[in-house]
This record gives sequence, structure tokens and C-alpha cells, in this order.
Amino acid sequence: MGKAYKVPNTLTIMKAIEYVGYRFIRSCGCRGGFCGACTTFYRVKNDYKLQVDLACQKRVEDGMYIVQLPFIPAEKPKWDLDKMKSTTDEVIRVFPEITRCLSCNVCTQACPQDIEVMRTIQALRRGDLEDAVNLTFDCISCGACSIRCPAEITHYQVFQLARRLFGKYETIPAKHLMERVKEIEEGKFDDEVSKLMDMNLEEIKELYKKREIEK
Amino acid sequence: MKKMEIIEGYLGYMRESIEAVEKTREKRLKETFPLMSLEEREEILKKFHPDYKEEAKRPVKVGPNKGDLMPHEVADLLEAYPLVKPKEVDLSKVDFDVDVFIIGGGGAGMTAALWANYTGVDAENILIVQKLRLGDSNSIMSQGGIQTADKPNDSPVLHYLDVMGGGHFTNDQKLARRLVLDAPMLMKWHEDLGVIYDKESDGTMVTIHGGGTCRKRMHSARDYTGLEIVRNLKDEVLNKNIPILEFTSAVELLTDEHKQVAGAVLYNMETQEYYVAKAKSTVLTTGGFGRLHIQGFQTTNHYGATADGIVMAYRVGAKLRDLDSVQYHPTGAAYPEQIVGLLVTEKVRGLGAQPVNKNGEQFVYPREPRDVEASAIIRECYERNNGIETPTGMRGVWLDSPMIEILQGEGTIAEKLPAMLRQYKRFDIDMTQDPILVFPTLHFQNGGVVIKENAETHVKGLFAAGEITGGTHGKNRLMGNSILDYSVFGRIAGISAAKYAKKAKIGKLTLDHVTRYEKMLKEAGVETDRKAPILLPEYREEKVLSRALDIF
Repeated sequence: MGKAYKVPNTLTIMKAIEYVGYRFIRSCGCRGGFCGACTTFYRVKNDYKLQVDLACQKRVEDGMYIVQLPFIPAEKPKWDLDKMKSTTDEVIRVFPEITRCLSCNVCTQACPQDIEVMRTIQALRRGDLEDAVNLTFDCISCGACSIRCPAEITHYQVFQLARRLFGKYETIPAKHLMERVKEIEEGKFDDEVSKLMDMNLEEIKELYKKREIEK
Repeated sequence: MKKMEIIEGYLGYMRESIEAVEKTREKRLKETFPLMSLEEREEILKKFHPDYKEEAKRPVKVGPNKGDLMPHEVADLLEAYPLVKPKEVDLSKVDFDVDVFIIGGGGAGMTAALWANYTGVDAENILIVQKLRLGDSNSIMSQGGIQTADKPNDSPVLHYLDVMGGGHFTNDQKLARRLVLDAPMLMKWHEDLGVIYDKESDGTMVTIHGGGTCRKRMHSARDYTGLEIVRNLKDEVLNKNIPILEFTSAVELLTDEHKQVAGAVLYNMETQEYYVAKAKSTVLTTGGFGRLHIQGFQTTNHYGATADGIVMAYRVGAKLRDLDSVQYHPTGAAYPEQIVGLLVTEKVRGLGAQPVNKNGEQFVYPREPRDVEASAIIRECYERNNGIETPTGMRGVWLDSPMIEILQGEGTIAEKLPAMLRQYKRFDIDMTQDPILVFPTLHFQNGGVVIKENAETHVKGLFAAGEITGGTHGKNRLMGNSILDYSVFGRIAGISAAKYAKKAKIGKLTLDHVTRYEKMLKEAGVETDRKAPILLPEYREEKVLSRALDIF
């Protein structure tokens, strides 16, 4: 950050930044490793390697030199899933740049979630949508991969499209869910719920106590 | 082994306790601690639940809920002066003029925006304002799942009964009814959007128990359920070209001479300038109050959970309820220090892990309603002294996660709890081999703004949905009902706000209600330099703040 600060070595990068007196108005979100707002690039003493991690999850190290990246400068392509097919060709049509992948694997090395980013891009290129979905389910869209990519792929957007196409068209809709929606529309449970609502406190408590718990 | 030596993530003295846990594991695999009776529940809550500490609350001095008990941290915000002085804001220059205005871009806000759009409001006539980034919210952090009574052996009637019992029968019945009856429809909507729920190969949803459920109705997407839903919502909001204003807070609602809400004064967090947003209908989806750290508790909540919406709604005359009841999630991380307070999802217990004390003994049924479970853990640590103390002085009990691998098969944790596994691995703890240390953590604002079944507050033109609202869960929410809550009432709020906007006529914008509120504070003798809403928590050290110069 251009200045050296001394902090307790038990702190995460995020808590260390606050400890020295910064108040976040960006680069801080869920503070629990789910939102990707606190992506932080760093180098440590005597090491040429540029590393990346989430500030809320990574403990400080001696001589750490950091910069934060709250989001990636990238426009999100708009899509209408209703007019699309669930094929990897469709993903490539929206993101032709994935065919420029150099297989350098820098993306994978950058991922704080240990996702096999490059393997996913290759999966999409060889037509395996399902593999791409499974490999990237834990992606938090922090964009560390995309900022490092020499082919300028915005992987997190590519993966989002892949997952939505797969989720919408390739998973089997739950039959029991559809049936329940229909039953509710037909008012099947209305009377029974009304009956519970009309009960006095003692009656409903009794019913609650007696309800059977599924093993 | 040395007491303070770290061995695979744990200190030596903790390892000794883990050995005790391992010794009793085989026996415990066959037996579960019995459920408490309703009477026992009541007793343990009274004695050990933080909500029942009288000194932690006070009656609020002003406003629609004058005299009601609130935690000091909430009362402090309601008894605080506004951030902006009405005369400093030029309301004649309107920066944004929209039909449906949504404050808060988490799950509820995005759901409301989409349904307002489906109801016929053009995207360009909607605006979402968000003080961090779109989607930065508690919604994205939700791990465990969403409840829906969609299995043949289940019914919305049983779900209703669980919701009411979990809330100790203090819920708003109409809201609870809406919650359970609309649940399957919202899950169907998620499926259509492309949300990937955990399913069997024939499409049947994988469901497990949550605390206080009588049927296995917890649906999940690994333990990234919130993330998977939120990223789908976010993608759809962006696809629909719904305008979003990020890094901008609402700081005060606006009204007109007909006493209806008519938008808000906004504050650009970076340039520090204000904007005037005029709207025909306004939806509050600002979430809860975790970052107020009620009674000094750690929290699972995201950085922006500072109850801004509660403050704004109250000043404009909205009624609040049940704000004295705070949900402490039974299992927050108690060790290692870097992740203290973060959520250990209830799904860990749902899959079979038992809470056990330092001697490896069970002391509570693993899936009591959250407030009861949390109270039992507090009792074990502080009355019975059977907790494990960490180097920072925190106490906790073990959650015996390796049981999951034995009960459900090796690899289950990696498959069903990847976020948890990853979080602990970062600190050299392998939860498939060793138990994890937990203690209750501030998780959810049970109460909030009173709404009707159509998500309208008691103030004209103002709607609310999600954690900011009260009533649906009464004094205690069950696991899996918060995603459901923001889905069901986010949708309803979007539809209601869209309908209201079609008919509404907005008059002259004013901040008169703020002037009146200030006067009320003065008359009640509230003398303070506190200002609210606070927008973000303050974590800077006193040693820095005490030397700060106010130069620019």
C-alpha cells in the first residue's frame, strides 16, 4: 500500500488493514469468503511470484505488499436464456475469446477457491458443459483469473452462462415440486391452514408437540 | 504432547480434548441426546438466551414504538439524529425519477426488482441502490438451504406448524401462511432461472432436516445455496438491464404532502455528494442488524448489515416489532481466531454431526430450534464449565464433524460442505478427521418493520421484504426460512410496488418528517451526538481514531 505497517501476525489481511486505520468503503463485502469483493494481490519478501487471495480469508505474512481489486473492469454480455440452447457452442458464441486460451494455467494458479479454471475452459472447448459446471460450482466471481489471463477471458462470466444453461435445460425438473405447486394453486391446503390459524394457543401447541418427526 | 504446540491446526491441550471426543464417538453414533419438552425449552431460554438479559435492553424514547424494549444498540440508532439536515438538501433538483425504487441489492431487492419488471414496470423505470456491490448481502452467504414442503410426505400445513412452533407461536399468522404456501412456486421459479439445486438423478430434490423441522425439507446447492441463488438473480437483473447504483447509500426517505413515501436522499459513498431519488413506490430490502454486534457478539453477517432501513422506516412512521429478539446461530466458528464468528452451517448438524463438550459427552439434541440449541451451548460453556477455552479467551464446544463421514460415507463433506471444508483447510484444520470448535454467533434479526400480507408497511408507498421485516418468523426463525422469506416477500413486494406505482401521484418532495423526528428527540430529552443510519460499522482502532485530523 506504499507504506509499511506493523500488525499482529494473527490477523487476516482485511482485519490488518482496519487495524492500521483504514475504513473500507469497497473491497469488503461478506467477510466470510463468499462474495469475492476483497480480492487482493500481493508479493512477499524475497519472492518474485505475484500471488492472490481473499483479504478476509488470508492471514498476513511478513513483508507482504498488497493491492486490492474490488471488481473486474468488464461489461457483462446480456443474454436471454429462453432463446438459447444448452450447448457449449452457445457459450463460445457469446464468449469467442475462450478459443484464444493459451493453456498457460495462470488462471488456475490465481484462483483463491482452487478451481481448475483452465481445465474448465478446455472442457467447454471440447463440448463438455456438465464438466464445466461441476468444476466451477464453487466460483465466487472474484475475477482473479480474469485479470491474469493473457487471452483476456472473463472466466467468471463464461462459467455463469454455462451454469445457467445447464441448470435451466440439463437438470431434470423435480416432478414432486411441480405437483405441489399445482396442488397449492388448486387450494388443496387452504382449509387445513385456515383451521390451524383459527386454533387457540393451547390447541396449536398440542398439535405441534404431537407432530411426528421424520426419521 | 505440549499444551501450546500446534498439531494439525489445534493446540496441544485441544488435542487432548479431541481424544476424549474420539473415544466416545462410536457409542454416540448409536444414540442421540433426547429433544427437550416445550417446558424445558422455555426454562433454558429464560436462563441462558442472551435475549432474556434485562440489562441488555431499554425502552425506546420516541416514535411509533415508544416504550417498547429494544437492545441498546438498536435504541441507540432510533435515538440518534439524522445524517443530513433537511435544509442542506435541494429537493427541487431530482437526480433520479423512477416508478419502483429498491433500497438494498441483496436477495430480496433483486427478487423484488425482477417481479416488478415481470408485473409490467419497464426496466428503466426501476432503480436498485446498493451501498456495496450488487449482491453483497447476507443472502449470498447463506449456506444451508431453503425450506419448501414439496415432498409427498410433507405439506405446507406441517411447514406452517414448524414455522409457528419455531417462532414460539408469536408469528404473524398471515405472513407465515404466505411463506409456506408460496414456497414451492418460488422454488419452481428458481429452477426455471437455472438455479442448480442438489438433486437425485431422476430430478428428485435432495432434502435433509434442519433445526425444528418435522420433515426433511431443507433443499440446498452444496453449501453454496445462497451464492448459487444470488448469482442467478444478479445475472438476471443485469440481463434485464435494470439500473443499479452501487457504492451508494440511502440515508433518508422522502415523503410528499400526502404523507406517502416518495423516494430517498442518497449518498455517494466515494464522492460524498448527495442525490435526490424520486419514486412512485419505494421498497426497503436493506437486510438486518448483525454488524451492530448486539451485546458484543461476533456475527456471521456481511459488512453492510447495519440496520439502515430500520432507522429510515422508523423516522417516516413505520411500526417495528420483535426487535428485542435476536437470533444467535448456535454454531459460529470459535477457533481459529481468523474466522471467529463466521457461520458453521446448520447443515453440518443436519448431516449428523453432534455438539459435544470437552469430555466428549453429548448435552443437547443436535437440532433443537436455533435459540434453544444456542442456549444449551452457552449453558455448557459458562454454567457447567464444560467448554474448551481458546487462547483468546473464547469458549466453545466441539461439533463432531467426522461423524458425517462415518454416517454418510467418506467424501460426503467434500461433496456437500465444500465451503466449510475449504474454510478450515485454510487454517490447517481437516474437519473430516477432527471436530471443529463452535459457539453461538449473532446471525439474524428476527423482528423488524411490520408489513401486511402484500408487503406494504403502514406508511403509504413504502414496501419492505426480507430480513428488515418482522412477523413472519415471530421471535425465532428456523433454518432455511430466510432465503424462502426474501424470495416469497421479495416477489410480493415487487408486484405490490409495481401496482402501487401505476396509480400513485407524487406531490411536492419534503423531508418534514425528519424535522418532526428531530423535534421529537429534543422533546424527549435525547441529548447525543449520535447520528444514524451508520451505513458501515467502525472497526478502526481507537489509537488511530484518537489521532485523526479532520482536514478534508
